[in-house]
Amino acid sequence: MSWITKTFTSSIGRKVIVAITGLFLCTFLVVHLVGNLQLFKDDGGAAFNIYSHFMGTNPVIRTLEWVLVLGFGFHIYESYTLAVRNRAARKVGYVDSRPSENSPWYSRSMALLGTLILIFLIVHMYNFFYRARFGDLDPDINNNDDLYTLVVTSFKQWWYVLLYVGAQIALCYHLIHGFRSGFQTLGLNHRKYTPIIRVIGYIFAIVVCAGFASMPLYFYFFK
Amino acid sequence: MNLDSKIPEGPLAEKWEKHKFNVKLVNPANKRKYDVIIVGTGLAGASAAASLAELGYNVKAFTYHDSPRRAHSIAAQGGINAAKNYQNDGDSVFRLFYDTIKGGDYRSREANVYRLAQVSVNIIDQCVAQGVPFAREYGGLLANRSFGGAQVSRTFYARGQTGQQLLLGAYSALSRQIAYGKVKMYTRSEMLELVVVDGKARGIVTRNLITGEIETHAAHAVVLATGGYGNVFYLSTNAKYCNVTAPWRAHKKGAYFANPCFTQIHPTCIPVSGDYQSKLTLMSESLRNDGRVWVPKTKEMAERLRGGQIRVADIPEEERDYFLERKYPSFGNLVPRDVASRNAKQACDEGRGVGSTGLAVYLDFADAIKREGVDKVSQKYGNLFAMYEKITAENPYELPMRIYPAVHYTMGGLWVDYNLMTSIPGLYATGECNFSDHGANRLGASALMQGLADGYFVIPYTIGDYLAQMPPTPVTTQHAAFKEAEEAVHARTQKLLSIKGTRTPNEFHKALGHIMWDHCGMSRNAEGLQFAKQEIQKLRREFWSDLKLTGTNEELNQMLEIAGRVADFLELGELMVDDALNRKESCGGHFREEYQTPENEALRDDENFAYVAAWEWTGDNQPETLHKEELQFENVKLTQRSYK
Amino acid sequence: MAGNNPNAKPMNLTLKVWRQRNRNSEGKIVEYQVKDISPEMSFLEMLDVLNEDLLLKGDEPVAFDHDCREGICGSCDLFINGRAHGPEKGTTTCQLHMRKFSDGDTITIEPWRANAFPVNRDLSVDRSAFDRIIQAGGYISVNTGGVPDGNEIPIPKNIADKAFEAATCISCGACVAACKNASAMLFVSAKISQLALLPQGQVERKTRVENMVAQMDKEGFGACTNIGQCAAECPVGISLENIALMNREFISAKATSENLA
Repeated sequence: MSWITKTFTSSIGRKVIVAITGLFLCTFLVVHLVGNLQLFKDDGGAAFNIYSHFMGTNPVIRTLEWVLVLGFGFHIYESYTLAVRNRAARKVGYVDSRPSENSPWYSRSMALLGTLILIFLIVHMYNFFYRARFGDLDPDINNNDDLYTLVVTSFKQWWYVLLYVGAQIALCYHLIHGFRSGFQTLGLNHRKYTPIIRVIGYIFAIVVCAGFASMPLYFYFFK
Repeated sequence: MNLDSKIPEGPLAEKWEKHKFNVKLVNPANKRKYDVIIVGTGLAGASAAASLAELGYNVKAFTYHDSPRRAHSIAAQGGINAAKNYQNDGDSVFRLFYDTIKGGDYRSREANVYRLAQVSVNIIDQCVAQGVPFAREYGGLLANRSFGGAQVSRTFYARGQTGQQLLLGAYSALSRQIAYGKVKMYTRSEMLELVVVDGKARGIVTRNLITGEIETHAAHAVVLATGGYGNVFYLSTNAKYCNVTAPWRAHKKGAYFANPCFTQIHPTCIPVSGDYQSKLTLMSESLRNDGRVWVPKTKEMAERLRGGQIRVADIPEEERDYFLERKYPSFGNLVPRDVASRNAKQACDEGRGVGSTGLAVYLDFADAIKREGVDKVSQKYGNLFAMYEKITAENPYELPMRIYPAVHYTMGGLWVDYNLMTSIPGLYATGECNFSDHGANRLGASALMQGLADGYFVIPYTIGDYLAQMPPTPVTTQHAAFKEAEEAVHARTQKLLSIKGTRTPNEFHKALGHIMWDHCGMSRNAEGLQFAKQEIQKLRREFWSDLKLTGTNEELNQMLEIAGRVADFLELGELMVDDALNRKESCGGHFREEYQTPENEALRDDENFAYVAAWEWTGDNQPETLHKEELQFENVKLTQRSYK
Repeated sequence: MAGNNPNAKPMNLTLKVWRQRNRNSEGKIVEYQVKDISPEMSFLEMLDVLNEDLLLKGDEPVAFDHDCREGICGSCDLFINGRAHGPEKGTTTCQLHMRKFSDGDTITIEPWRANAFPVNRDLSVDRSAFDRIIQAGGYISVNTGGVPDGNEIPIPKNIADKAFEAATCISCGACVAACKNASAMLFVSAKISQLALLPQGQVERKTRVENMVAQMDKEGFGACTNIGQCAAECPVGISLENIALMNREFISAKATSENLA
C-alpha cells in the first residue's frame, strides 16, 4: 500500500474525509436553502423557476454539481465503512448498557440519522431533481420549466410534508453533532473557539433545518 | 559465609567514581551473548531492564501484572529527592547523604547512601529527557518542595502522582526496548522459585497466571526488583498483590534477609473504617507542609467529640493540642515519619484520638486555607482532597482530615553488597526489595530515588563486573536444578490445593496481619514479640492443615495465588519477630518500648547494634542464623536524632 | 459525617455477574446474593465478601482485576450497571463506594467489552493491546545517561501542565469500554499529546503519531465518532482536546513526513 492509501484507509484518515465532506455539505445546505427561499416570493413561482433554470444550466454550477456528488459519495461511503468497522470492534456486547447516562442519543445515532437522510435524499432527488433535469415539466410564463408548480403540488400531500419535516428533524440532529464533530476531527479544538463552534453548530442546525422545513409547511397550510 | 559488603576503599566522595573505573567491563560485542532475568517491572525493575537492554544485554523481564505500568511504584504520591540545589537553599550531595543517614537513624551504609545522593541528580535529568512532566515554575524551570524530615526544598514532583509519572517514564524506556526486541516481556508471570546452579543464580521458575503453566527460564544473572513486604501486615498502603514471594524463595535458596523488622509506618493514611477493609490509602506526606496535626487537649473533650456531643468546630483553639508543633518546634509537622507516627499513636493511646474508632488524629488545613485561599490549596492538594472525600465522604476543605499511621514501606530486604549482589552470586536485588539505603527509617521522597538510582545508574555498572568474569556461553534450562525447582513448585501448588480445609487464604492473612500489627508494629516489646512468635507458628500450622481452595492450577486462580503468597508471609512474619527480638534497641521505625529516652524518643544502642542483621535460612521451622555486618561511620557523627 | 458513621445501615444486594471460565469458553450472567454490605465498603471490598462466601461454599470465586485500590494503577476494570467503573463520575471501580447504592439494589457487573480486550476469565480482561501501542512509539528515544541537565530545557508552565494532564491517563481502558465504537483514541491521544506538547518529544513527533495510530488500528479498536463517552467515563478526566490534537498531529505528519511506507 502506498502512503496515500494507508493514510486514507486508516481510522483517522477516514474520519478526516467524513469531516471534510461533511463540512462541505454544510456549505451546500446554505446555498440550497438561500436559493429555495425564492419559493416564498409571491410571484407565482417566476423567480424560483429562473433560479432553478440557472442552477440546471449554468456550466459552473453543473461542474460543482459533480463535486457535490463526490462529496455525498465519499461522506456516505466512508461513514458506512467506519460504521461497519466500529460495529465489528465489539462482537460481544454488554448485557446492561446505559449510554444515555454519558452521552446524547443523536451523537450515538449518526449512522441511523444519516441513513434516514439518505432515504429522504433518494425520494427528494427522484421527485424534484430527476423530474427537473430529465422529466417533462410544463413551461411557466417565462418559458422556464415550471418546477414551482411541482413543488407546490407535492407539498399539498400530507405524507409528503411529513416525510420532509421528519427528514429535517433527522438532519437537524445530524448537524448538531456533525458540525462540531467535523471541527474536532480536523483537530480544530481550542479552549477559546470550541465553545463558540458548538453554539454556531446549534444555531446552524436549527436555522437550516427550520428553513427547509418551513417550505412544505408553508405550502401545506398557507397556500 | 562471610558478609563482605565490598565497599571500595578511599574517601567517601570518590568511592563510586573509583569503583566504576575498577569494575570489569563486558566487551560491547559480547553483551548480546549475556542473558539477564529481571523480576518485577516497577521503578527499579523497569529502569534496570531498559538500561541493561540499551547496553546490549538480552533481558527477560517478568511481572505478575498485566502490564509493567501497573507496578506499585505508580502509587507513590509526593515526590523524588535530588541534590540539585536548584533552590539555592544550601543543598548538596553531602547534605542529602547526611539527611538520609540521619533519617535512617544510623543504620545504613555510608558508602551506599552517598552514592545514592550522588546519582540522584542524574535521575532528574534522565526523567526530564524521557518526558516526565514534573511541576514547573512560571519561568519554565523545575519546581521543588520540601518534604518530611528535610530543611531544604529538594523534592521534585508531579502534582500528587510523582510515582506514576516516573514509572511511566521507565515503562516507556522499557517499551522501547521491548519494541526493539532487546527485552522479552513476560506479563502475568509470577516467579515462584529461584534456580541456583553450582552456587550461582542461574534462572527462575514462573507460573503463567492465566494458564497456570509452570515455566523455567535461564540467564547469566538474575535481578529481583520485586518491591517490599509491607503486606505481611495484611493492611498496608501497598497494593493488594504486593508480596514477598520472590525474595523469600531466594532467601530459602541462600540469600540473606537483612533487617526484616525495619518497617515504616507512614503517619498520614486514611484510618481503618471496618473489618472488611482490604487496604489502607496513603495521603501524601506533602500534606504536612500545610496541614497541622492535632487532637483535643483532653481525653474528656475527645470522648465528647467521638460520641457526637460536640463537633470539631466547637473545640476552641486553646483546647487543641498541636502535638508535633509543641514537641518539635523546629521541625513541627515535618518531623520524620517514624516520629510523627509514634506521636499519633501516643495521642490515641492516651484516649485523645478522634473519629468513631478513636484511632485517628486531625490533619487540619483551615489555617492554610485562611492564609492562601481555597484556590491555592486546591492547586497543591486538589487531587488528594478529592481522593479523601471519595473514600470518607467528608470534605477536607470544611472538616479536618482524619489520619492514622499505616504500614507503608519496608526498609529491610535482601542483603546486598555495594554492587547490589545478594549473598548468592549472580543474584541481585534492587529498589525496595533490598535493604540497603534507608537504615531503620526512610525519609519521604527517597524510595523513588533509590529505585531509579539502582536501576538506571548502579546495576548497569555493577552487573557487568560479575558477567565479565564468566564466559559468554549460552545458558540453558537443561541442568537438573531447573527440573528440581520446577517440581518443587508443582509439589507446593498441589499441596496447597489438596489441603481442602475450612479457612480461606484471606482469613489466614488477616489473622497474621493482626498479630504483626499488634506486636511487631509501631511499638514492640519482648513479651509481645515472644507471644507473636508462638501465634505465628500456630497460625502457620493451621494454614497447612486447614486451608481452603477451589479450582485447579491450570487456570486463572486468584485465590491460589494469594495462598502461595500468604504461605511465605507466614514464614517471613516469624523472621521479622526474631529480628525485632534480637535488636534490643530502638531505632527509626523499630521502637522497642524497653529502650526509650525519658521523653519517649527512640534510644539507640550504637555500641551493640550498629550492624546490619542478615539472616540465613537453615531449613523449615528451624531458627535462622544471624550474620552481622558492622556499620562503619567515618563521615558522620552518630548523635541522637533531634528534631526539636 | 457519612464517612465516619457507625450507624450506616448494612445492605443486601443482588449481583448479576458475568462468569466465563477462559478466553475460549462461553460465558453467562450468574446471580448471587450478598448480605450485610456496609455502605463504607469499596465496591471491590464488596466483591471480596462475595468471593470469600463463594470459596467457603466450595464454589469458584469471581476473577477480577485490581491491585492498588487507590485509583492509580488502572488495574480495576468493571462495567457496573451499564457504565464503565460504575455510576460515579471521575472514579475508578476501586474508589467507588457502596454508599452509592441502596439496600435491595440489583447490580450488573460485566467485563470491559471490546475485541481488542479478550476476556481472561470472568471479569478479567487482557489489555496488552495498550502496551503494544505504547511500544509502537509512546516514548522518547533517549538512553540512560548522557542527557542534558533537567533545567536546560525550560518548559512554559501552561505547556508543562497540559502535558501533565494528558499524562495522568492510567490505562484502565474505560474509554474503550464506554465507547460505542470500542475506540481507543482517548488513550492513544493522551500519550501522543503529552509527548507532542513537550520540547523533548519534538524529534520523533511525526513517526510517533504515525506508528501509534497504525498499531491502534491493527489492534482492532474502532474509530472515534466524537460522541465523548470516553471522556465522560474517564476516571482521571482526560479531555477530548487530546483527540483533536492527535488528529492534527496525524494530518500534519502524514502531509509532511518523508515516510513513504
